[in-house]
Amino acid sequence: MKKKFTKVIALALCTMLFAAVPFSVSAHADSSYTYNYDYWGEFTDSPDAYAVGAVITAADLGLETNFSKPQSVAVFNDIVYVSDTGNNRIVLLERVGETKFKVIKEVTEITGTEINTFNGPTDVAVSEDGNIFVADKGNKRILKLDSNWNYLMQFDKPDDASLADNSENFDFAPSKIVVDTAERVYCVGDNVNKGLIKYENDGTFSGFVGATPVTYNFWDWFWKHFASQEQIEKMANFVPTQYDNLYMDNEGFIYVVTSKPTEEDIKSEAATVVRKLNLLGNDILVRNGSYAIYGDLYMGTGGKKTGPSRFCDITTLYNDIYICLDRNRGRLFGYDDQGHLVFAFGGTGNMDGYFNSAVSIDHIGTDLLVLDENDGAITLFVTTEYGRLIYDAVDQFDLGEYDKAENSWRKVMELNGNYDLAYIGIGRSLLRQKKYEEAMEYFKLKHDAENYSKAFKQYRKQWVEDHIVVIVVVILILFLVPMGIGRLKRVKHEIDTADIFQL
Amino acid sequence: MASKRSLRRKKFNKYKDSLKFAFYCCTHPIDGYWDLTHEKRGTMAVANTILFATVLMRILSLKYTSFIFIDINWEETNILLYIGTIVFPLALWVVGNWALTTLADGKGKLGQVYMATCYGMLPYPIVQLFLMIFSNGVTVDEAGFYTTVGTITLVYCAILIIVAMGQIHEYRAGKNLLFTLFSIFAVLVEVFILLLFFSMISQGIAYIVSLVKEMLFRI
Repeated sequence: MKKKFTKVIALALCTMLFAAVPFSVSAHADSSYTYNYDYWGEFTDSPDAYAVGAVITAADLGLETNFSKPQSVAVFNDIVYVSDTGNNRIVLLERVGETKFKVIKEVTEITGTEINTFNGPTDVAVSEDGNIFVADKGNKRILKLDSNWNYLMQFDKPDDASLADNSENFDFAPSKIVVDTAERVYCVGDNVNKGLIKYENDGTFSGFVGATPVTYNFWDWFWKHFASQEQIEKMANFVPTQYDNLYMDNEGFIYVVTSKPTEEDIKSEAATVVRKLNLLGNDILVRNGSYAIYGDLYMGTGGKKTGPSRFCDITTLYNDIYICLDRNRGRLFGYDDQGHLVFAFGGTGNMDGYFNSAVSIDHIGTDLLVLDENDGAITLFVTTEYGRLIYDAVDQFDLGEYDKAENSWRKVMELNGNYDLAYIGIGRSLLRQKKYEEAMEYFKLKHDAENYSKAFKQYRKQWVEDHIVVIVVVILILFLVPMGIGRLKRVKHEIDTADIFQL
Repeated sequence: MASKRSLRRKKFNKYKDSLKFAFYCCTHPIDGYWDLTHEKRGTMAVANTILFATVLMRILSLKYTSFIFIDINWEETNILLYIGTIVFPLALWVVGNWALTTLADGKGKLGQVYMATCYGMLPYPIVQLFLMIFSNGVTVDEAGFYTTVGTITLVYCAILIIVAMGQIHEYRAGKNLLFTLFSIFAVLVEVFILLLFFSMISQGIAYIVSLVKEMLFRI
C-alpha cells in the first residue's frame, strides 16, 4: 500500500518537473534547414530553396596561400572578385562549370602609382566602362584602376569639416564601395555615422547620402528641459546610421544594411536595418509584409547566439528579390519586392551550408556566393526545384503571364503547403485573370486584407451589376410594403370609426 | 393553476415592458434612468439579457466579422478569457462604484448599479450586430465607417452609463463626474488588491508545495 502511494507521488512529481520545463527549448530542435514565418509570425518548416553546390577554398582553386580574413566577394560581368584582405591581394575567379571555379588572376600589385600594393583591400567594384575600384582600407584610399590594373586616380579622405569635428584623429577607412553608371563612388567608411560617403567621378567629395532623418518627438523636447547635462548626453539617441554594407541593383538603387541598432529599436521598429536608397538618399523600400524586415523574429538565446539578426551584406537579384546575410547566426533571408519573406535558411556550424562568420554575399544569376572569413571559404548555393519554381512564378507574374504564374504557384504550394506567398501568389494571379471570388478565398486564407479588398471590390461590383433587378425590387418592396400596410390600417380605422357603420 | 399561469404571464409582460423601456432609456437617458429605479421600471432579468447579448455579440463578431477588421488567431484564443474581458471589468466597476457612492450619499444599491450599467450597454450589441453584417460588404478603403461607428457607440455607451449612475445615486452632474473618476480609480485599486491577493496566495501555495516536497524527500 505504501509502495503504491510513493509511486503515485513520484509520478505526480515527475509530471510537475516536466511541466516546469519550458517547452520553447525544443521548439527549433527538429526544424528544417530552410524555413519561413507564417502570418502570425509562427516558425514554419519549408523545403530548401537553395542547396549547397560547392564549398570553395583556396586549396580547391589551386592557390598557394589560403584566404586570410577575406572581407568581400563581388560579382561583376560573371567574374568573381574576392578581396583577400589578410593577404593583401584580390583574386579573380571564373565559373567554368555548374559547381567549378577557376582562378583567372591574382592581383597583388598595380602599376602607375607610388604605393603599388594593397594594404588590406576590403571591397571591389567595377563600373560599366570596365574600370575597377578597390577599397584599399589600410592605405586609406579608394583606387580607380583600368581593366589592366593600371592606376588612374584615387579617392582620399573627404575634405569635410564635419568629419574633422567628429574626432580629431578620425581615421578614414573606406570599407565597402559601389559605383554607379557615371562612376560616382558611394562608400561605407568605418566610424562614419552620417550615411554613405559620396564622391563625384572627378574625385571630389560631394556629401553624405542616406543618413537617418533625425527624429525629434515631443517627449524628447519635454525632458530636455529638465534633464541635467549628463542625462542629456545619455539621451542622445540621435546618432544617425552607421551602415555596414551596400549593394547597387541594376536600376541604380542602393540597398544598404546596418547591424548597429539595438535589439529594442529593431523590435519596436524604431530602427530599420535594411534600406533601399534612391538618388536623394531617401528610403524607398516597400514594407508590405506581415512583419518588419529584420530577419529572425525570435531573438532569444540559443546555440550561444543571442539578439537579433545582424545583417552584414545584401545582394539583389534581377527580380528584385534581395537576400540579406546575417552574420550573427549565419543565415540568409530573402525578401521579395513587397517585403515578404521568401525564404530563410542557413545556420552556424561546420557542415556545408552552415557558417562560422559569414561576411559577404553576391550572386551569379540566381545562384548565391557566400564568403566566410574565418573558414576562408566561399559557399556556392544553387537553386532547387522549389526555388526555381518560386522565381519562375515571380517572373511569369511580372511578364503578365498570369495563368502560367498561377500554375507555378500551385506547384510551389504542392511542395510547401505552409507557404503564405504561394497562396497570395495564386490569389494575385487569379485576380488578374478576373476570377475574383476564387482569389478572395486565397487571400482570406492567408489574411491578406489589401489584396482581398481589391478582389472583393471587383466581385461586389460584378455582383451588383448582375443582381440589379433583384436589388431594385427588394428596395421597392421594403418601401412599398410598410406604406401599403400603413394605408390599409388607415382605411380600416376610417371604416371602423365611420358614422354610417355605427348602429 | 390558472393563477400560476397568469402570474407567469404577468412576469413576462413585466419583462417585455422593461425591455422596451431599455430602448427608451437609450434615447431619453435622464428621464429613463430616473424611472429605472425610482419607478421600478427596470428588471434584473433585462439587465442580464443585455449583458448576455453583449457577450454573445462579442463572441459572434470574432467569428463573423470580416477578417479585415477582426483577425484573430483561433489557436491562441480562449473564449472563457475573452468573456472574462467583459464581465470582469464590469464586476470591478459595479463593486468599485457602489463601494464609493455608498460612502457619499449614493442612493443606488449594488444590484441597481449593476442593472443601470447593463442598461447603459444596450446600444453596443445592437450596433455591433449591424456592423458585423456591414463589415462583410466593405473593403479596407471603406474601413473608416466601421471604426468610426464602433467608436461612437462606445462613447455613447459610456455617456449613458455615466448619466445612469448620476440618476440612480441622485447626484448632480459635477458630483457625478467626480465620482465617475473616483470609480475608475477604485477599479485600479481593486486590480492592485487582487494582484496582491493572488500573488500572496500563489506564494503561500508554493511554500506548502515545497514543504511537502521537502518532507517527501526526507521520508
